[in-house]
Amino acid sequence: MNLKINNRFKSIGGLLLIASLFFVMPHAIAQQDSTAAAEPQTEAVDTVSSDDSASTVTDTAATAEAVTASPAAPTTVTTAAPAAEEGTKIDPQVYKNFFYYVLFFLVICTVIAVIGKIHSLYVLTKKMNGKYNPLAGNTFQAVLLFLFLLFFLWGVYYSYTVWGSWAWREAATEHGKEVDKMFIITTVLITIVLVVMHILILTFTLIYRMRAQRKAYYYPHNDTLEKIWTIIPATVLTILVLFGFFSWRKITNVPEELQKSAIQIEVLGEQFKWSVRYAGTDGIIGKRNYKLTTATNPYGIDFNDKSSWDDIQGDDIVLPVGKSVRFHIISKDIIHSFYIPDFRVQMNAVPGMTNYFQFTPTVTTEEMRDRMNDPSYDFIMLCNKICGQGHFNMGKKVIVVSEAEYKDWLSKQSKYFTEDLQKEFAQNDTEISPRTAALN
Amino acid sequence: MSSTVISHDAIHHDSHGHHHESFLTKYIFSQDHKMISKQFLITGIIMAVFAMLLSILFRIQLAWPDTDFPILEVFLGKWAEGGRIKPDFFLSLVTIHGTMMVFFVLTAGLSGTFSNLLIPYQLGARDMASPLMNMLSYWFFFVACVIMCASFFVESGPASAGWTIYPPLSSVPTAISGSGLGMSLWLASMVLFIISQVLGGVNYISTILNLRTKGMGLWRMPLTIWAFFLTAIVGLLSFPVLVAAVVLLIFDRSAGTSFYLSDLVVQGQILPNEGGSPILFQHLFWFLGHPEVYIVVMPAMGITSEVISTNSRKPIFGYHAMVYSLVGITVLSFIVWGHHMFVTGMNPFLGGVFMITTLIIAVPSAVKAFNYTATLWRGNIRFTPAMLFAIGMVSFFISGGVTGLIVGNAVIDIHVHDTYFVVAHFHLVMGSASIFGMLCGVYHWYPKMFGRMMNTKLGYLHFWLTFLGAYLVFFPMHFMGIDGVPRRYYAFTEFPFMEKWVSVNLLITWAAIIAGLAQVAFLINFFGSIWRGKKASQNPWGSNTLEWTTPVKHIHGNWPGEIPTVYRWPYDYSKPGHDADFIPQTTPFSETMSSNQMHDFEGDEESIRIQEEWNKENNRTE
Repeated sequence: MNLKINNRFKSIGGLLLIASLFFVMPHAIAQQDSTAAAEPQTEAVDTVSSDDSASTVTDTAATAEAVTASPAAPTTVTTAAPAAEEGTKIDPQVYKNFFYYVLFFLVICTVIAVIGKIHSLYVLTKKMNGKYNPLAGNTFQAVLLFLFLLFFLWGVYYSYTVWGSWAWREAATEHGKEVDKMFIITTVLITIVLVVMHILILTFTLIYRMRAQRKAYYYPHNDTLEKIWTIIPATVLTILVLFGFFSWRKITNVPEELQKSAIQIEVLGEQFKWSVRYAGTDGIIGKRNYKLTTATNPYGIDFNDKSSWDDIQGDDIVLPVGKSVRFHIISKDIIHSFYIPDFRVQMNAVPGMTNYFQFTPTVTTEEMRDRMNDPSYDFIMLCNKICGQGHFNMGKKVIVVSEAEYKDWLSKQSKYFTEDLQKEFAQNDTEISPRTAALN
Repeated sequence: MSSTVISHDAIHHDSHGHHHESFLTKYIFSQDHKMISKQFLITGIIMAVFAMLLSILFRIQLAWPDTDFPILEVFLGKWAEGGRIKPDFFLSLVTIHGTMMVFFVLTAGLSGTFSNLLIPYQLGARDMASPLMNMLSYWFFFVACVIMCASFFVESGPASAGWTIYPPLSSVPTAISGSGLGMSLWLASMVLFIISQVLGGVNYISTILNLRTKGMGLWRMPLTIWAFFLTAIVGLLSFPVLVAAVVLLIFDRSAGTSFYLSDLVVQGQILPNEGGSPILFQHLFWFLGHPEVYIVVMPAMGITSEVISTNSRKPIFGYHAMVYSLVGITVLSFIVWGHHMFVTGMNPFLGGVFMITTLIIAVPSAVKAFNYTATLWRGNIRFTPAMLFAIGMVSFFISGGVTGLIVGNAVIDIHVHDTYFVVAHFHLVMGSASIFGMLCGVYHWYPKMFGRMMNTKLGYLHFWLTFLGAYLVFFPMHFMGIDGVPRRYYAFTEFPFMEKWVSVNLLITWAAIIAGLAQVAFLINFFGSIWRGKKASQNPWGSNTLEWTTPVKHIHGNWPGEIPTVYRWPYDYSKPGHDADFIPQTTPFSETMSSNQMHDFEGDEESIRIQEEWNKENNRTE
């Protein structure tokens, strides 16, 4: 280590840096500002004071540069210039706070650099006393890695118990139980692997850290061992795959008669809301043609299809408990995703095609509120595919009720085929019917 | 053929000494693989810092959704009016963060740097097969970077449809402002980037196949080279598909075609497009997109294999198994893309098939993790910063890899698809693991690149802050995902069930800020050591591979005089019977009679006979 003369200047520079930090401390400046604001020519004074502070900061930053040679210092210098120009619009306090944090960071860098130098000195004295152990630093890292292991294991325990309990709610649908079962089996498996592998790696690094008089064990391969740890994961995965494959088929491949007997509901995603259409008394959702979209018929329902006449508009998604519902998921503009976390239900809404998801809710909203001990808890359907600026706020309440309540609610909802639309349709119909007749 | 070229080169160098190079040909339009690798690395680092700053910006928004930060307006202007990042710009931030990190940092910055540096060095070649293509590869990449950065200066903002740019969002400018000029620039940048990758990939493959030095059989190549080789193959086969996807998207946007578009009513306006399918784009995109994650992670695996073996002073455990698992990953990576599309409306039966292939790919990955662990067992481990980053990489690879069983299972994916669980999964397994692989490589090969050592203490500081920071950032996200919080949400304040996570977001953001600041330690160390680092010795890590036989000072053509011949595999560390704990690949068996083992001779009877005679004379029993 070379003790050059400029080291003294470094320490002086460091002191200056800390001193300047006190001067630009936010509360100190705030005071200065308030006195400035009290004076009559507020704006002029403000810009002057901001210029002043900018220039002092530039000075201190320049010394800081000399001290730490940190790349952060040049950035302060460059940002100071545009800062002064735009000073009229933005409160100068903002810049002062910013420079305060930059300086604060530089002080931390300096402290770390000083600690580093002290350590070098310490090592140097040890070397001079002949007590230097070249592997001390190596052992220190090994111990740190072991401490990290303890932290990691604690972190896994903490996060599973605390955040895990925040995150985990049992599924409120029939197929959701299947999803949960798979999830828990897989989670148990992977947690074991995660913990065991980390224990192995991070104790090996402690036990087998470098020692002066040791040689590593030349062990290039062991075919049996490698076969074992190829076959075991392969077997476990095969079981998981088969289990998963059949569950997946069960969820997605619903027999045709069950598809027909379910309650049919259509959801249409658009930027940034969902519309819900119940099939009405005939149990059939009427056709939709996007070309028929108008201001009065934003859904683009084709009223030539008579089964659309009784289609019901729902403000929320209301479902009867214990009944199979089949959702027809469509989109008006771009891709959205129909996602109800509590139900373990997700399917994208893709323009130009209809996707389906059929499921049976098993828990009513009331029961869920009791279970959660939260009287305002609601199931919620979210958009889960990036769709634009309103993406984060594109949800719809899902309410699960008894069948009687469901029927009652349904009877109170309005129809899509409003009177205005009926009139419009009647007019069009007289014009169109001769043509369709001709086509027939 | 190749050998004649090499010997011609050698003569050429002996007679001329060195070329007279201008600044322009030496530092800018260099055709030397060492300089090009430095160019890739420094560009990659700049892009990484830029993309990291973007991530800090959106982390600030997520942690303090109700607070104004007027300073943001100073830097971002109208995109953060009143000190609050706008939702549109938030989406731009996540989009460009993802694009830059995946493509510019972890593909070009990682593969580009280390393939260029190590392929000629570790194989014993004077340079790449085509230095000109190599130079073009860098410059296409550079222009791609410039265009991507330039999109921040477009009035309608940079692309903001997510890094996966799913149409119709990315193809209809009225759907989101970023899909205007910003998206055009994104697409242009990507086409140039792919050209760069293809030029690079062809070059890597042909160099590895043709320009190996005498004795360097495929099974004597270090695992780094195997990884770069297979990565280049994956890239060469999959990137062109992205070009197809991107070109069709450009047609949809500009020429009125309907490859991906049908039945659209955007902002109340009925669009004329008919007959296309957005799912088609997803298939094409993920046909690249999934191999891409292996393009990102395989070089990191190669680098860490090499570094862990060198610093454990022990041969990598199961060299052949490591190679075969890389080959397995390479092949399987092409038939798993559908697992990104389980809930997009792809035929569910097809989804089931993709689930099977996806979970199979976990087997070679598991083998790799086990082999790393076995390499550490009974080693003599030296914790250089590079070694710590390698251990960190293995840790991330395990932590992030195991959750692959959850997201790869179609049944569970219904619940966690597109949530923070996925964000946590891929940031650990491909993000953090690969960036640690890259940093590990930088610390390990820095002496080779710049002839100087990096500061170890700063390296340790950098490692610990980054390692802890990355875990604190990504581990909690799993739980948000299980709770059902979707990714790319601008704020968690609109739905009551998400509000509890704002406190966790605070932890994540602080961890991200501290880990971000820790990178200053790296930057100071990296750029400072170029001029002020301790001078490196020729073989500072006691390594076996060929690059450490070259002189510290770079010369054109790498080796003065003849290229060394290779006699053995690269992992003869701590071989019993040998006095030093490493035997370089250039040491012939005749010089290591006391440590040779019979299978070293690969059945060469003459050598075995000589060895047996020697054993008898020296009373050596094996």
